Amino acid sequence: MNATALAGASNAAVYASMFTLTIAMVAFAISFASGRRRSGLTQSQVPVVAAVGSTAVLTKPALDAPTEDDAGRKSANIGMSFTWLGFVLLLVGVVLRGVWAGRVPWGNMYEFSISSAVGILGAFLIVSLRRDVRWLGLFIVIPTLLTLGLAVTVLYTEGAQLVPALKSYWLIIHVAAAIICAGAFTLAAATAGLSLVQAHAERRGKVAMAKVPPAEKLRTLTYRILAFAFPLWTFAVVAGAIWAENAWGRYWGWDPKETWAFITWVIYAAYLHARSTVGWRGDRASWVAIAGWAAFIINYFGVNIFVNSLHSYSGV
Amino acid sequence: MINEAPILPPMGTLGFLRFAWRQLTSMKTALILLFLLAIASVPGSIFPQRGNNPLRVNEWIAESPTFGPIFDALGFFDVYSSPWFAAVYLLLFISLIGCVVPRTQVHWRAMLAPPPPVPRNLLRLPQSLEFEVGAPANVVLERADTYFTSRRWRVVRTETSIATEKGFLRETGNLLFHFSLILILVGVAVGGLFGWKGNVIVREGQGFANTLTQYDAWGGGRFTGAGRLSPFSFTLDEFNVDFERGVAQRGSPSLFEADVTYRRSPGAVAEKTRIEVNSPLAVDGAKVFLVGHGYAPHIVVRDANGVVSFDDSVVFLPQDGNFTSTGVVKVPDSDPQLGFQGIFVPTAPANNLRGPTSTFPGPDDPSVFLSAWRGDMGLDAGAPQSVYRLDTEAMEQIGIAALRPGQTWALPDGSGSIELTGFQRWASFQIAFDPGKEIALAGAILAMTGLMLSLFIRRRRVWLSVASISQGVTVVQLAGLARIESADLPGELQLIRAAVGDLPVSASEKAASDV
Repeated sequence: MNATALAGASNAAVYASMFTLTIAMVAFAISFASGRRRSGLTQSQVPVVAAVGSTAVLTKPALDAPTEDDAGRKSANIGMSFTWLGFVLLLVGVVLRGVWAGRVPWGNMYEFSISSAVGILGAFLIVSLRRDVRWLGLFIVIPTLLTLGLAVTVLYTEGAQLVPALKSYWLIIHVAAAIICAGAFTLAAATAGLSLVQAHAERRGKVAMAKVPPAEKLRTLTYRILAFAFPLWTFAVVAGAIWAENAWGRYWGWDPKETWAFITWVIYAAYLHARSTVGWRGDRASWVAIAGWAAFIINYFGVNIFVNSLHSYSGV
Repeated sequence: MINEAPILPPMGTLGFLRFAWRQLTSMKTALILLFLLAIASVPGSIFPQRGNNPLRVNEWIAESPTFGPIFDALGFFDVYSSPWFAAVYLLLFISLIGCVVPRTQVHWRAMLAPPPPVPRNLLRLPQSLEFEVGAPANVVLERADTYFTSRRWRVVRTETSIATEKGFLRETGNLLFHFSLILILVGVAVGGLFGWKGNVIVREGQGFANTLTQYDAWGGGRFTGAGRLSPFSFTLDEFNVDFERGVAQRGSPSLFEADVTYRRSPGAVAEKTRIEVNSPLAVDGAKVFLVGHGYAPHIVVRDANGVVSFDDSVVFLPQDGNFTSTGVVKVPDSDPQLGFQGIFVPTAPANNLRGPTSTFPGPDDPSVFLSAWRGDMGLDAGAPQSVYRLDTEAMEQIGIAALRPGQTWALPDGSGSIELTGFQRWASFQIAFDPGKEIALAGAILAMTGLMLSLFIRRRRVWLSVASISQGVTVVQLAGLARIESADLPGELQLIRAAVGDLPVSASEKAASDV
């Protein structure tokens, strides 16, 4: 395959992934909406499992038409399938991009963005293998599509050689860690945001989102994701410092990128402390988790594009 | 209701100090200090910083005469060395020490203490099981003992029960993490106090010796011996640079390397090496980094009689990504003094619509645009002058011209001529010595180790008691307590049950944990 064909194939895979993810988003949205209505159902309308002797029989209130909950579950499953497909297509797009450029595909912001989208989807799908997180799908696919949309419109750059400053094996170590963190932080921000909505409804004795676990479970999930991501982010920052020492002669120079990486780190450190401080465990900690993600996003888009930084490799 | 102030015990100085200390070392204060630290870091990414870009700082202040000096006084251009930033992080570290030291004592005592004895009613604990095992009580206890000791639980065994505890590394890791942060701070401080850093521009063919006078800029810590710099020297033999010529990211550097010959000391053997962006030259603890490059047009100035009054390459500083560069040629020995402000463009634009602006960073069509001045440069006033600025206060402009290599411009007032003979490249180097960086790195590695221990290890206690109900049948009560949220305790209790009861663990029992 020649270079042009490779480039075309990479772009086609990214667009196909966006198309697939859009279908996934619609499916998740339908599922989410149907979940909302379930709270209006009375007890008798909910499917019941009745034990008859040793056999469990599933009795449905209306056998002729699927219940709204069934429809919701079906579209959630469709959403998951299309998310997997979109993930695979995007991964193909990223790999082809790397093959085309003859290097790791992390040389400019377009490439960072499509890789981060892989990171977000990957983090979600890995978690989905271990527990049922279909309810989270909508809130994962939307930021992924936004990232990809920005990538193909504003940030798109033709492939080129790496600038000399990026020619180092630290690129792989440092950026890979940052991309995984992008996925985990986005995931945690989604669960933290949902926990706020759920907690708000729970205080009023209502069910805001029937498909979504209660606030306390969402908080625990947020904590687990961040307990994994925080050491990794620490590693990304330390790896960046070692690289900076080797490239620029100092391991820490308060370059805007470094500053915001530090701010992100401090906010997530505050989150972990908030989790063990009386009066901060609930909604406040969730807000802190969202603030950490905001700092990460500011660092990614704001510093790359608007600020004069040593890290301005956006190619835009 | 009577509005009466509650009667408080008198709080003396000691009492107040104790109160203040408790407040400072509380988790809530630490939390607020962390937020303050995050917020205090922000201005440094918005305002230019003296440490990174002193020129931009001066421009900023000059452009806004009202706010510039105010922000300057508030330290917004030196955020990370400002008193208020230092106040936040020092308070945070005091709070940290005040929190971690007592916790270390508590943890030390806890590690020496045996696991707490079996509670009276095990089944009242939130995680508990009761089941029968078809084996004598002592066999069950023996099995449990083997299970726990082989997995390195701390075990206290009595006639009818076992109390166990595991996961002390969690708190050890937590403490290690916080102490390592102090170590990182020590590393930063050592680097700041004993290290130094300098910048120098070297033209091709020129040399550099590591003494203060040779630097363009140099900064050292309080305890840096400026006279004890290691006596190495180097010559820039050749500087190679290449740029992306395709459509994509056109003009980005694609190659960037300096070939140098260096000596560790004046008498030492000359060695050749290549310095690149990600591979600095390490000499005697110091490191020489390649940080920038540019062009130095070679200028020859002759007086009216054709006698050469200036013949040298002049460093021009790049102003944009295409290396439109500005510089100044000063000829103080002519009478009257001559000065030239110049703009060097490595690739001249196809037309002059946009003025002298380079269209490509490589030297495809180099030319220099000159503005000639005559008069008094003010060099005799004694005040130090920048080599990149011409003081035209007492000078008059005599003309402008554009030159390509090999071209000569006869000055319009007949005072002589100026020729562009060609150009050289220059490279800028940052030379740094930081004795604290290894300490900081050690701190960072220890901190990451501690962090992972403190987040991934689960501390939990498990108690087990046995009672014989008949020959060969034992009732086992099993209960666990975990203080942290991520504990997967129900699953673990099922595993223990399987180990003491010889029962296979069914899939449903294994998946006892939900979120």
